Amino acid sequence: MTVSYDNSKTVFEGIKAAGITSISALPETWLGLLLQRAEDDPDIRLIQVAKEEEAVGIAAGAYFAGEPHVLLMQNHGFFGAINGIVSLAQLYGIPLCMIIALRGDWGEPYPWHTRGGIVTEDVLRALSIPFEYARDPEKVAKQIQEAWTFSQSSLSPVALLLTRELMED
Amino acid sequence: MDRRECLEMLYPELEDRLVVTIMGACAQELYDLGHRENFFYLQHAMGLASSIGLGLALHCPEERVVVLDGDGSVLMNLGGLATLARYRPTNLLHIIFDNGSLLSTGGFESHTTKGITDLAEIARGAGIAHVASVDSTMAFGEAAVEALERDDLSVIVARVRAVGPDNYGMDFALPENAFRFKRNVRDRKAGVSPGP
Repeated sequence: MTVSYDNSKTVFEGIKAAGITSISALPETWLGLLLQRAEDDPDIRLIQVAKEEEAVGIAAGAYFAGEPHVLLMQNHGFFGAINGIVSLAQLYGIPLCMIIALRGDWGEPYPWHTRGGIVTEDVLRALSIPFEYARDPEKVAKQIQEAWTFSQSSLSPVALLLTRELMED
Repeated sequence: MDRRECLEMLYPELEDRLVVTIMGACAQELYDLGHRENFFYLQHAMGLASSIGLGLALHCPEERVVVLDGDGSVLMNLGGLATLARYRPTNLLHIIFDNGSLLSTGGFESHTTKGITDLAEIARGAGIAHVASVDSTMAFGEAAVEALERDDLSVIVARVRAVGPDNYGMDFALPENAFRFKRNVRDRKAGVSPGP
């Protein structure tokens, strides 16, 4: 299995089409091709973090500055960012548009991803974070646009989950 | 020295800057000097003040940003120092008040107590070029003046006593601080003078 070149491109172009100019990320396999594009694009500022919770702070700073920003991370990184999501974003009403690689779901061959994949949806629900699954390359650009719009109108974190169906060939 | 003395010295310089402070005693002492609309008080999410500062500094290159941090908070986000060093915003001053104590939660000793962990050395090791370590108000004032004039990322680690204010309280809700701070950043960008 390889990461989908075409769909990585589609997701990146969806991010750009949503008007996003700034991305914080912690690289992971499914996000690799997408982040290479971000790195090479002069219209996108890419900020790589050491741990995903930092990205919540950076996103808050970008929001205060009026800069359209999305966070890219793996679901396990999302778990590591939860205190920031709850005690900064939700506490203060700061929007977060999170695009999350959903590892450890249906078809996952790697044991180490499985526990995280199994609990991701329940954790999102427990935190009242609205989420949607991105499976179809034809729809993902619209889903990114809608995730962005909803984060801004609800002043809340929202999550778009990138699935295996979309991210692997 | 006391953090309050440092904040009093710094306060006049903060009028023209975006300020992010950590929770607890530091936030309260800044507030008690007089709230300004360009102050954001991070009353929880320990460790993320410097990350908010980085996000502000990178996306507001025309602004100068000051982060008021503490040893307990920085110890929760040491990776953030490396991220600061990597992106090196030239308009960011990161002040770490090191009282060697988790003062707000009962005064337990932090890892920096008795000099076991040296945050200035960690900042240098992270790759931050301008790091000052001070333990007197005179030295703090000099380091602050230098850093505020310097067009580069700077860190000041200020050893202070583990004391805080007697009373806590602010006259606004947390989201209100975020809304007003955001509006202030927007108005400053647009060149609108702040209201009374």
